[in-house]
Amino acid sequence: MIRFTRVTKEFPRTGVALREVSFHVARGEFVFLTGPSGAGKSTILKLCYLDERPSDGEVRVAGMSSVAIRGSDVPKLRRKLGVIFQDFRLLEDRTVEANIGFALEVTGAPPASIGPKVGRLLTQVGLASKATAFPAELSGGEQQRVAIARALANDPVLVIADEPTGNLDDRATRGVFQLLRDINASGTTVIMATHDLDLVKRAECRTLELNHGALVFDSAAAAASGPPGAGGAA
Amino acid sequence: MSLATREAFNGFKRSPVLSLLSITTIAFSLYAFGLFGLVALNIRSALAQVEDRVEIRAFVADGTSAEATSAAAGDIGAFPEVQSVTFVTSEQALVRARKELGEFSDVFEAGILPASLDVRLKPGFRDPNTVKAVAERLKSYDFTDDVRYGEEWVQKLYRIRNIATLAGLVLGFAFAGVAVIIIGSTIRMSVLARAREISIMRLVGATDGFIRSPFLIDGAVKGTFGGILALLLTWVSYSLITRFVITAQFFDVRLVVLGVLAGAVLGLVGSALSVSRHLRSV
Ligand SMILES: Nc1ncnc2c1ncn2[C@@H]1O[C@H](COP(=O)(O)OP(=O)(O)OP(=O)(O)O)[C@@H](O)[C@H]1O
Ligand SMILES: [Mg+2]
Repeated sequence: MIRFTRVTKEFPRTGVALREVSFHVARGEFVFLTGPSGAGKSTILKLCYLDERPSDGEVRVAGMSSVAIRGSDVPKLRRKLGVIFQDFRLLEDRTVEANIGFALEVTGAPPASIGPKVGRLLTQVGLASKATAFPAELSGGEQQRVAIARALANDPVLVIADEPTGNLDDRATRGVFQLLRDINASGTTVIMATHDLDLVKRAECRTLELNHGALVFDSAAAAASGPPGAGGAA
Repeated sequence: MSLATREAFNGFKRSPVLSLLSITTIAFSLYAFGLFGLVALNIRSALAQVEDRVEIRAFVADGTSAEATSAAAGDIGAFPEVQSVTFVTSEQALVRARKELGEFSDVFEAGILPASLDVRLKPGFRDPNTVKAVAERLKSYDFTDDVRYGEEWVQKLYRIRNIATLAGLVLGFAFAGVAVIIIGSTIRMSVLARAREISIMRLVGATDGFIRSPFLIDGAVKGTFGGILALLLTWVSYSLITRFVITAQFFDVRLVVLGVLAGAVLGLVGSALSVSRHLRSV
């Protein structure tokens, strides 16, 4: 689903953000991306939805390659992905249902299909009763659920989440995380950047750890080369 | 499409003053084209009538033999520009002058008017330069006494037409440039007001074409209104001129439609430039 091959990302003013990063995420996996602030987590995710292009190396996502893709094909890729952020990125002047419907409307969904689809998505994220509320009238956890519903609107094969629980308290965090696990359980690949080490420890999912733009730990690779302390190199 | 039209309408609601300004500058641009275009058009049709009557008259010197004259006439008739050569005797010239001048006819006495060769040029050879060139060649014949053609005022009309055309083009293009800039900044306001929506549209996979279309429609609608306003202004000016100064002719339907379309294109270009710049910058 995601394959990074010796990906380097260099920015004009801030220099190298990622250096020769390689990893593979298979269809159906749930992967955490961890590491200190500035390590390059968001940069990796932006490369995944081709908001940024690698300076060197290749990013393959959902069958498309950063090397070969034309600018006009980027929207096609984005329709296969769902992206959510720490700050929700909802449109404040539209209701919950309008925010979700927006993603369908602007990608050319048949108008008649939008209403029922929005209804199903709202039920899925547990917000059927808040359809006509505005984002400002919802709690942080609820707003993130709206953002998730919007991300699911085009039936993505991959959900990309950049610190989706960063602004939420414990209870809301658990709720949103569980929702992402449910989405994963139904077959959608999920990659999630987070600072929340407790969450990572409890969840026992595959974890990729970054530091200063380098991939320093991959729990899948560590498991394959033997238990920690038994002589296996990370 | 309904989404696009709605957004175009919202663009107007969001910044009505700038929107009106865009429409007005587009209108002025096309008004400049229109006014000077009308002048050029009317001079051109006047010139076409004048050109029909363009005639070079080579007066035959006294004492030229009839043989020499008719030989020269045959010679001149073979020029590629020349349609016909008519020999007008002294007596015929007098008859013609009497007819043209009516009541003053008895002023003339036989023999006052010289005989002449009247040369008419083929259509397409009646412009001042060709007329002048042919006249010069006629002058070089021995028999000619003097060669006349309405040179001064034909050339004056041509010059006025050229100035009108040039002035219209210069002013029109200057206004068009201003119009593109102003409509560009108007659209830019709408784009910035919707920057958040645009970023979400891109995130969920809307195409650039889809994102652009409401702004392009917005620009084209404003341009069309500008074109219609210019048409009204030009028509009012034309009516005033026709009533108080001189009967003139107006553009035909084809040119009118073309003018309004030009407004739409101006609006389209202005907004396309502005939106593309924004989409590239994010
Ligand atoms: N658009 C950009 N232009 C220039 N430099 C950038 C850009 N985006 C990221 N960087 C740089 O890349 C490095 C990694 O940034 P990134 O946002 O990926 O870190 P992060 O791991 O997501 O951090 P955080 O946990 O604080 O979100 C940083 O040093 C940052 O300055
Ligand atoms: Mg980040």
